[in-house]
Amino acid sequence: MVSSLRFRKISKGLTAYLGLAFFIVILLFPFFWMLITSIKPDSELYDMSQSPLSLHKPTLDHYVYLIQNTRFLLWMRNSAVVAIVSTSLSIVVGTLAAYSLARLRFRGAQTLGLTIFITYLIPTTLIFLPLAYVIRNLGLFDTQIALMIAYPTFLIPFCTWLLMGYFKGIPKELEESAMVDGATRLQALRMIILPIMLPGILSAALFAFTLSWNEFIYALTLAQTEAIKTLPTGIVSQLVLADVYFWGSLMAAALLGSVPIAIVYSFFLEYYVKGMTAGAVKG
Amino acid sequence: MRTIPLQSWSNQLEKRMEVMSPRESFSPTIQQRLSAWFNQEKILGPALVAPAVLILLLLIAYPFCVAIWLSLTDKVIARSDTGNFIWFANFAKLFKDSIFQRTAINTFNFALVSVFFKLVLGLLMALVLDEVKLFKNFFRGILLLPWIVPTSLSALGWLWMFDSQFSVINHLLLDWGLIQEKIIWLGVPATAMLSVQIVNIWRGIPFFGISLLAGLQAIPQELYEAAEIDGANAWSKFWKVTFPLLMPVTAVVTLFSIVQTFADFQIVYVLTRGGPLNSTHLFATLTHQTAILAGRLGEGAAVSLFIFPVLVIAVILQLRYLQKQD
Repeated sequence: MVSSLRFRKISKGLTAYLGLAFFIVILLFPFFWMLITSIKPDSELYDMSQSPLSLHKPTLDHYVYLIQNTRFLLWMRNSAVVAIVSTSLSIVVGTLAAYSLARLRFRGAQTLGLTIFITYLIPTTLIFLPLAYVIRNLGLFDTQIALMIAYPTFLIPFCTWLLMGYFKGIPKELEESAMVDGATRLQALRMIILPIMLPGILSAALFAFTLSWNEFIYALTLAQTEAIKTLPTGIVSQLVLADVYFWGSLMAAALLGSVPIAIVYSFFLEYYVKGMTAGAVKG
Repeated sequence: MRTIPLQSWSNQLEKRMEVMSPRESFSPTIQQRLSAWFNQEKILGPALVAPAVLILLLLIAYPFCVAIWLSLTDKVIARSDTGNFIWFANFAKLFKDSIFQRTAINTFNFALVSVFFKLVLGLLMALVLDEVKLFKNFFRGILLLPWIVPTSLSALGWLWMFDSQFSVINHLLLDWGLIQEKIIWLGVPATAMLSVQIVNIWRGIPFFGISLLAGLQAIPQELYEAAEIDGANAWSKFWKVTFPLLMPVTAVVTLFSIVQTFADFQIVYVLTRGGPLNSTHLFATLTHQTAILAGRLGEGAAVSLFIFPVLVIAVILQLRYLQKQD
């Protein structure tokens, strides 16, 4: 009886780790393969006689080429600038809106909250075309400013929705007692609530940063001059067409472009999983 | 939120209070009256939410109306005039257009097949991760990678893996004797659609996996114990306890994924640009092709609006679900 129970436990654990191995291979092989490609010399990369998985003389040539002969670093800087500006803007606007919708009672508050939630569901591919048209009419087409004002359209709903959840988790009595002592609401918000909210705001900012960093279709349509492109569109539209035998540097670029995101997540994974599932679990 | 012990709450409060004790005064100045007026919920509330609403009105609602207007005109990029109002001629043209018909079928095929496999494999991943106790945070972290890195860049990795000459997938399959000759992944309609679906599924599994895992862990352990006492085996425990209780999370995640997959752009753009023979065009890529590359703004806007009905259905279902929860 006991031994059969133990046997069942062991076999259950074994199945789990086999499953884990399966998912690790399936989900991570592409990254492994990109890494191998990026450190393999061209002579081995395009040698049909040798197994593609083998690697005899690892080299950093592709990375050096990428940095020295392409505009990779410029695009990376563009990505960072656009992401930082649009994230800051969205966090400020989103925090105010979230506080208002989560805490204050006024007519239409609930409808507004729902509307912002719906906006959060709208895919960017539905809006990119008319948005490009509107931005052209504003005279901002093909500028970095275009991206800085386009990204908040999906970042603000996202931040507002996420932060509303955090605000609701803070006991109301805190600000109420501050107001009893004569503080206005905004003072109570600034001096009591925001300091407590700081971790939540920080994690919302990090999500927003990664969303901007990864954004593709707005960048593709709104910033077409090579020098103002962001990392994803710069790599996809300038490097892919440049040369047929360019795979080493291309994979190096794809990996390097993903590194900042991976670093951010490695620090804030816990928050990320919570934020990703907050909507799903709570509804 | 992490909880903070009550003691530190009140300490913090006291410290803040000292800073902002109000000045004594008998007749309120204009400034004080203004700030009291502004302090009302019915004034402050709308004022704080106004910036967000204005930005979304200007850059989401207004463009959406522009899209509807454009779809009813023959506006092209090459001419600077606003185009002629042609009622539903763009839509009539699309319905007869074989490329559009193909695109509509592709989009449903792409979305339904991809979401189905993402759901099944994601559920499997959640069940597996639920049992993994060693280094669980590490494993969850690295398995999220396909979902968190820029899709356009990981799609480049897949472009290389599907390369007609140097495909590593072909090499492995040939080595293991699973295929007799190279598969032309992206050059033939049937396998091209399969390829973009594979990449979409690959990217989406972790999203389903981690979300459903959170749902799994929210199920009270007592229910399983009760089921065990009643003599339930693993199979019936799954169908009687796990499945029904996981249903709400699954519904929300699936709905979200259907909208996103239906409106997908990057994977197809990077891998096939809609080819070969339009076999992988989706609404989003055809919109880009028609409006931006070919310059027919009106027609392109009409294509993009086909993404809208799915969004509406998803929103209605989602709102119903939220209502039920309240």
